[in-house]
Amino acid sequence: MTAIHVTPEQVWTALSAVPDPEIPVVSITDMGMVRDVTVDGGRVTVTFTPTFSGCPALHVIRESIGEAVRALGLEDVEVRSTLTPPWTTDWIKEDARERLRQYGIAPPAPADESPLITLDPEPTRCPRCGSLNVRMTASFGPTLCKRLYVCESCREPFEGFKSV
Amino acid sequence: MTGSGQLSAVSGQQEMLTPQLQPALIRKLTALADDEIILAHRDGEWTGHAPILEEDIALANIAQDELGHAGLYLELRRELDGSDPDRLAFFRDADEFTNVRLAELPKGDWAFTMLRQYLFDAYEALWLDAARASTYAPLAEVAAKALREEKFHLQHTSLWVERLALGTDESHRRTQNALNELWPRTAQLFQPVQDEEKLVEAGILPDLTGVRARWEALVVPHLTGKCGLTLPDVPADAVGGRDTHTEHLAPLLAEMQSVARAVPNAEVW
Repeated sequence: MTAIHVTPEQVWTALSAVPDPEIPVVSITDMGMVRDVTVDGGRVTVTFTPTFSGCPALHVIRESIGEAVRALGLEDVEVRSTLTPPWTTDWIKEDARERLRQYGIAPPAPADESPLITLDPEPTRCPRCGSLNVRMTASFGPTLCKRLYVCESCREPFEGFKSV
Repeated sequence: MTGSGQLSAVSGQQEMLTPQLQPALIRKLTALADDEIILAHRDGEWTGHAPILEEDIALANIAQDELGHAGLYLELRRELDGSDPDRLAFFRDADEFTNVRLAELPKGDWAFTMLRQYLFDAYEALWLDAARASTYAPLAEVAAKALREEKFHLQHTSLWVERLALGTDESHRRTQNALNELWPRTAQLFQPVQDEEKLVEAGILPDLTGVRARWEALVVPHLTGKCGLTLPDVPADAVGGRDTHTEHLAPLLAEMQSVARAVPNAEVW
């Protein structure tokens, strides 16, 4: 059997077509979840980091990574997870943030690293009209990564991505 | 990822955790996970019954994060002794659980649930913050990860405590009653497990005395100053170890474990 040869770039390209299961307009590479791709002969190792530790989509992501790499013709695929460094919303790519906004989700503000105890959440802009005059209606939303808001300017409800 | 330098680094980290220290760390990881599992179940009991829909969703989210944290701790334990996290969660009996009694008390009213969650969230956030400095790298990684999620819990529950304490006479009374019942139980959060002091000496675990001082500096001014609540007197015997439980834990586990025990060989999807 002839070993199929792929480059790390080809693997990264394949992974960029794997959508975030809960937000299909962005991929797992857009989200910064894929941390490393190593190709050693016919063996590929992909290291990814979870977003939220309780996210029920982690199994799906792991399996989707394996499937995407095997679709390149490889059979020896290892998918590893790592917690270091912990995932941050700062890794979400700029064009992915714009796709989130168009999808109706307010992109996350820059993550606040300094004081441990802050009772005030980060400022959020309405994804439809751009106003900062918004009101949070629920600090937890339908998925672990989102909060619910209403824009006081255009009166539309929307979801906002938490900053971590 | 697989260079020899990395292997040396990992080996060096493992040496901080000697075989003599492993049983104590296993005990501690299990206790941390048990707190999350039991509290998550109490939070989950509000599903479909919270005062408003948004809070139904919020508390389910918090419970989900708690189960995620329990999973992280039990994975660390699995790396040490090969145990199965699902087996530990769903097949241990009440006398084997090591959660604090605070977590197993019935959910009470909304003031009780929110105040309990706030007291626990503040402890957890500060413990995780200190544990980021652990000399045992896998634990430091878990702490850094979980802390990012914990800040949302604390923001949410501290606002609820304020709303309830500063709301109507009725909500203030309920919050004060909850504090009267919960405050004496919080001391158990800061009780070390057997041989924990050796792990503190090795720099693997934070010193609970320091965590408690920071916790009190955070919650006491908030509760008594901003929220206008009164701290109750604490009886001298208000602590006790994690190996004793109230009568509420066994029925909680009977419900939580009923499906797993009914179909013990069920496979995850």
